[in-house]
Amino acid sequence: MMKVEAIIQPSRFESVKDALREAGIEGMTVTEVRGHGRQKGHTEVYRGREYTVDLLPKIKLEVVLPDKLVDLVVDTILKTAKTGKIGDGKIFLTRVDEAIRIRNEERGESAL
Amino acid sequence: MVLAFTVVPLGAQQSAVPSSAPAANNAAPQDNSKAVADKLADLDRRVTAAQSSGDNAWMLVSAALVLMMTGPGLALFYGGLVRRKNTLAIMMQSFAMMALITVLWALVGYSLAFGGSGKVIGDFGYAFLRGVGADPSNYAPTVPHLTFMVYQLMFAVITPALITGATAERMKFSGTVLFMTLWFLIVYAPLAHMVWGNGGFLNASSGKFPCLDFAGGTVVHISSGVSALVCALYMGKRVGFPKQPMPPHSLVLSFIGACMLWVGWFGFNAGSALAAGSLASSAFVATHFGAAAAALSWSVAEWIKNGKASALGAISGAVAGLVAITPAAGFVGPMPALVIGLAAGAFCYFMVTRVKAIFGYDDALDAFGVHGAGGTIGALLTGVFAQQIVNPIFGAGKSVGGLDGHWGQVGNQLVGIVIAWAFALVGTIVILKITDLATGFRVPEEHEVEGLDITQHGEEAYYLES
Repeated sequence: MMKVEAIIQPSRFESVKDALREAGIEGMTVTEVRGHGRQKGHTEVYRGREYTVDLLPKIKLEVVLPDKLVDLVVDTILKTAKTGKIGDGKIFLTRVDEAIRIRNEERGESAL
Repeated sequence: MVLAFTVVPLGAQQSAVPSSAPAANNAAPQDNSKAVADKLADLDRRVTAAQSSGDNAWMLVSAALVLMMTGPGLALFYGGLVRRKNTLAIMMQSFAMMALITVLWALVGYSLAFGGSGKVIGDFGYAFLRGVGADPSNYAPTVPHLTFMVYQLMFAVITPALITGATAERMKFSGTVLFMTLWFLIVYAPLAHMVWGNGGFLNASSGKFPCLDFAGGTVVHISSGVSALVCALYMGKRVGFPKQPMPPHSLVLSFIGACMLWVGWFGFNAGSALAAGSLASSAFVATHFGAAAAALSWSVAEWIKNGKASALGAISGAVAGLVAITPAAGFVGPMPALVIGLAAGAFCYFMVTRVKAIFGYDDALDAFGVHGAGGTIGALLTGVFAQQIVNPIFGAGKSVGGLDGHWGQVGNQLVGIVIAWAFALVGTIVILKITDLATGFRVPEEHEVEGLDITQHGEEAYYLES
């Protein structure tokens, strides 16, 4: 099992979600996060006081998958989340040892 | 507040009322004249009653509008500008004035501001509102004294609330209550008496230095703005200011608040005509024009400086314009109102962005930059633009402001401004010392960091887990 963790532009989130659903992915966990990579922040001015905002809003999307679906999901995210501009985000893949469904204590891929 | 009489031509009313005594034609001549006299007396009563009910309706609505300026208007405006951990605390500081000042006003405040005929302060003649009832006072001869009293109360409520903008995010609640009680009694009540009270030496129609202040440029805005500056200087900067970013937590709240202030201000300024006549219309128009022009000039200044016109800038400009037009509203025509607004928007923008940065004081929500500065420029420009054609305050045919031919009025305005500044300055320093000794004024640093909502009031504005 793998966890696919994608940090994407909030404006692309709806498209990514829809594309994943069409690809047959049933579950995901989404968090509103803030951060930055190479993208610089922007400046805000309130009554003459300037603030540099370098932590920008992003969406973090996490999906844990059987190995065979990982490439499909990564491709889908790459295709739909890309705008070609700096700040599009990143995808991280992590190996997952175990998954347990709390309701019936099922384990392994069938718990996904 | 200026006394304004609307003279209703009796003859015009008379012809509209059908005769109800045709039998009088056959009666003796003396009976006839008595019947006419009775009829006239009766008409007189009816006309007075009709005017009184019209004026009273407007004044009661105006009083309610001015209360709405404090809560929720100012509470939302300020509430949105602070960081989220201090939202309820700043709103509570406004709301507390609605309760506290009202009680003080009923006990002694109204009497100290409007009782007697002293030069500087009133007396205890109206203490506990003794003698304040349905009969009109000479302040507003067409409405019940109670109406005038409650209308003036709303001004006394918002004025101390304005100060809390400067001390935001670090002032103790206990200190706020004590400070505001003393400030209301020692600074507000005398200043209101000097400018508006019978015999007050700055009173526009009878004082030694007739200072034109239609709705509170000196009494409300200079007094609160200057006191706000003194408080900000005395109290020091917020922890982390100016290094740490402290952006407004919700400009949406501020936006709603500012729009409510704008609407409420019609009660504040047009209501200050103390009647529903043409002077109220004039003040209403001037108020609206001043606000609009200042919103534009602040936005343009910002656009030039930052390349963008912000929502916060536009609403701050509107408030600055409303402040500046306050003393002028019932004295100037629509075109001068536009000029005053344009000047105020640009001037307050400069005060808030440049002057504050140069001197480095932490007037957190710009109570001084908007109210102190806007009130001062407005009071001064009132002396320039006041016109007898709008309000013959000094008598028929006598010029009022500078451009009207009476440049001496600018000097009178300066006297009023200097006295309001000095009075607020000295009074506030004394009250700050007393407050600091009695309850303390500023919260400890760890409370400030945690936020005033939790440390002062034991609650949170946004409880995310519920």
